[in-house]
Amino acid sequence: MKEIDELNLPEEAYYTQNHEWARLDGEEITIGITDYAQDQLGDIVFVEMPQIGDSFSKGDEFGTVESVKAVAELYLPVGGEIVSVNNSLEESPELVNTSPHEDGWIARMKPADPGEVDALMAKNAYMDMLKGV
Amino acid sequence: MRYLPHTDEDIRSMLEVVGVKCLDDLFPTVPESCQFIRENHIPGPFSEWELNDHMEVLAKKQSRSGNSRFIGAGSYEHYVPASVSSLLGRSEFVTPYTPYQPEISQGTLQAIYEYQTLVGRLLGMEVVNASLYDGASALAEALLMAVRITRKKRVAVSSAIHPHYRRVAETYLRPSGIEMVDLPYLENGRTDFTRCDPVEDLAAVAVQSPNFFGCIEDLKMICEYCDSNDLLSIVSFAEPLAYGLLKNPGSQGAHIVCGEGRSFGLPLWFGGPGLGMFACRKKYMRSMPGRLVGKAVDKDCKDGFVLTLATREQHIRREKATSNICTNSSHCALAAAVYMATVGGTGMRELATLNRDKSEYLKKELTKAGFKIPFDAPTFNEFVVKSPPGFEQTHRRLMEKGIVAGLPLASYYPELAGYYLLCVTETAGRNEMDELIREIRS
Repeated sequence: MKEIDELNLPEEAYYTQNHEWARLDGEEITIGITDYAQDQLGDIVFVEMPQIGDSFSKGDEFGTVESVKAVAELYLPVGGEIVSVNNSLEESPELVNTSPHEDGWIARMKPADPGEVDALMAKNAYMDMLKGV
Repeated sequence: MRYLPHTDEDIRSMLEVVGVKCLDDLFPTVPESCQFIRENHIPGPFSEWELNDHMEVLAKKQSRSGNSRFIGAGSYEHYVPASVSSLLGRSEFVTPYTPYQPEISQGTLQAIYEYQTLVGRLLGMEVVNASLYDGASALAEALLMAVRITRKKRVAVSSAIHPHYRRVAETYLRPSGIEMVDLPYLENGRTDFTRCDPVEDLAAVAVQSPNFFGCIEDLKMICEYCDSNDLLSIVSFAEPLAYGLLKNPGSQGAHIVCGEGRSFGLPLWFGGPGLGMFACRKKYMRSMPGRLVGKAVDKDCKDGFVLTLATREQHIRREKATSNICTNSSHCALAAAVYMATVGGTGMRELATLNRDKSEYLKKELTKAGFKIPFDAPTFNEFVVKSPPGFEQTHRRLMEKGIVAGLPLASYYPELAGYYLLCVTETAGRNEMDELIREIRS
């Protein structure tokens, strides 16, 4: 397991208490699980993704990540409609382990209210949460 | 260890919390007419000999003597080779509950793995689970699985599926808000699967083959229809032996296959125990209910067997599990595995042929004796006849003599008054069939 200082967390992303990250890409938001989450889960063997066109509210469960030792539900950082999913995770779920913030992204969505992103944590606040500050 | 968790003191303190005086006060909502308030009339203790005599008398009251039972309807009489009971009785297999720990359960796990492999070959399917309770609950689980995969809330179910299976499925589905659409049967005895419009909000089409009338469904056409309408095809069965002769559901394109495995090495003990066989295509395995045994290697690269994909199951995923049942009928599955291995591929084919040929013989003789064959779809070891006038009395008279001349269909299908479902397996001799015909003519 990684020490908290060893985690590779991008500055520009936003974070949730459930260890998802969200990143603004133009009009869309890309979503995944954090380096901390993948490290805790261990080897990921399956990612259940939502269907394109599905609409969710903030905090809704939109998929699951299954590792060799546990299954974790995925919760949406902001509400909106799913516009694409990372199909390469079907064949290579381990991308979530090797590149949780880049190649291991899970879904892209069009936010219903882009303002919801502001309620999420910045990197430092998320790090403080992990450290228990 | 005895499992008596509550002492009188425990019960008293619990009743106090609830605020009632005695246990009976918990049941006032049960109507009096449904309560059993009388004394139990249980006779005094018997000696072992007396008890045996008593049971024999009871058994004789219920059983129809003789071997002339031309009835199947979901419970098929088959010869059980001695190897089955001999291997079932081995102490290594007589074990309580599930093999969670592979390090002490290799034999049990390997047996289940072999069961899965043999069923997979028989049905032509990629993934088979460690078994469910019976054919009826397997159908219900298959329908729930289809709803899970497609996220749609309607399923079309053939009216030629065993009526008991449909009732069990309805019990499972109705409280979940899933709608079951009945598919009518055609004049030839097969399902009219084109009658499930609108298909847009439909999850799956379920048929049984051979169906309750013994008719063999055109699985290929049904599966193609499902594929082109974006529906899942579910094939149920009550008589797995049929697939010793018929093209298996997997080769015809079925997505989910479920059925009753009792024909394989399990006796007809007053309707039980059953064995739910359940299989699907690999891409749906994470939505599958039940346990799965997989093959793995240990640290020395030796083959070993483990429970796998357990994250679908309720002991890990709680309310999000694919099913709230993760118990399987392991001992019955073992019997089926021993049976299939004993009979073998060639034997299965020969046995199935024998069943088909014998039932065709009786079908032919019955037509000569004035019966009509109302459905002209091909059948396996079971078929429907339309009886000549007055057969009802003959049926009753034969019953007294210990000859069961088929199942009257009217109680399941009111429109089929005077229609009977007859079955012939390898256990019926030609002389018994000829005797039946003689009795009918007399």
